[in-house]
Amino acid sequence: MRVTLKVWRQQKADSQGSFESYPVENVSEDMSFFEMLDMLNDQLVLAGKTPIAFDHDCREGICGTCGLFINGRAHGPLTGITTCQLHMRSFKDGKTIIVEPWRAKAFPVIKDLIVDRISFDRMMEAGGYISINTGGTPDANEIPIPKANADEAMDAASCIGCGACVATCKNSSAMLFVSAKVSQLTLLPQGQPEREIRVKNMVAQMDKEGFGSCTNTGACEVECPKEISIIHIARLNREFIKSSF
Amino acid sequence: MSLLKSVFISSIGKKILMATTGLLLCLFLVIHLIGNLILFAGPDAFNLYVETLSSVKPIVRSIEIILALIFLNHIFLGSKLTFENRNATTQKYVVNSAGENSSFFSRNMFISGSILFIFLMTHLSTFWYLFQKQHDEGNFYEIVMGNTVGFGNPIITALYCIAMILLGFHLRHGFQSAFQTFGIRYNKYSGLIETVAILFWLIIPLGFLSIAVWFGIFGGGY
Repeated sequence: MRVTLKVWRQQKADSQGSFESYPVENVSEDMSFFEMLDMLNDQLVLAGKTPIAFDHDCREGICGTCGLFINGRAHGPLTGITTCQLHMRSFKDGKTIIVEPWRAKAFPVIKDLIVDRISFDRMMEAGGYISINTGGTPDANEIPIPKANADEAMDAASCIGCGACVATCKNSSAMLFVSAKVSQLTLLPQGQPEREIRVKNMVAQMDKEGFGSCTNTGACEVECPKEISIIHIARLNREFIKSSF
Repeated sequence: MSLLKSVFISSIGKKILMATTGLLLCLFLVIHLIGNLILFAGPDAFNLYVETLSSVKPIVRSIEIILALIFLNHIFLGSKLTFENRNATTQKYVVNSAGENSSFFSRNMFISGSILFIFLMTHLSTFWYLFQKQHDEGNFYEIVMGNTVGFGNPIITALYCIAMILLGFHLRHGFQSAFQTFGIRYNKYSGLIETVAILFWLIIPLGFLSIAVWFGIFGGGY
């Protein structure tokens, strides 16, 4: 198949970016989106041009490094997958594909399609951990945890921090990310000692980073590659209210 | 962080204020609709209802002041949050298929709210103002049915109907969203909240619409 890519190119953080078009020939529909980008980059290098910079690491949907806004959707047209799990068979032959970086004030563009997501790390530093000493490796099932809680904590823990929730939110809100981290630890016994201070500090840091506030459109849960529910945002709100009294 | 600081400074706190004021306004709509439905009982019943309210003016005035403060809070905070949220995104996407992941009205609460604000101002400067002016003369029913600002005027009826449909869409997102903000939207309650929400986003605007349609379009059956 043949596609035309319209890609956001920006030399560095403070430079003015613009879209550039690249026709890509001989694309197999079995190629992943990144394999197609790799092929295009090889051609750009051979032509003496600067390849397109984009973030990627594991290429199997578990690291959270990749993230492109493709044809108006975070991680492309499918749901429940990361950009690296997207294949060219999801696109029609001869069409133009528009590729943009995540857009949010708290995610400044570093180069081309790469954004700086260090604001997520600072929110984790503010409270997304437990500092209590858990001792040596405990025996299995030594700490009783109801199955429903374990399942919900696991759902929340599947967040890979890719930033699709922020990217797709019209307010650039990070509530789904923060709620997943808060939920995961709130549901487990080990998270109890820092339960209140965690939510206060993480929300304060979230506001400080310049993310917008949640207007419950639900776009984030649709675009989240790990399909994390906004039920966790309700829990975050609840924990925040409790921690304020 | 103190409670006050949590409520007025943090992003979640501001949302909680929006949700609280929004639900209080929903409660006002219920009371307002019950009063309006008395129109179906005829001129005497409606005039008596308004005169009864006039006879307890100090209480009505106190409630009006509280109501005005709730409205102002909801409007100003809603505008503030909208501008803060717009500021959180520096550059817009060239292509954004937001329709694939969220409803139009959930994304445009500021627009539906702004139009409803214009409706509210018009509504106050016509019906409410004339009711105050007419205070001792009665015949409130005639103001509502009259052809200046009342349902006798087809333009007023049409604009009123459009505003009520928009109110329905505003509440379609707003009502259930308030419960999400309060954090009481567990999986097990979401069905219940959706069901109760129908009363607010569908039944209440339909109640107001029924008055406009019956008296404005069908002339009250005459």
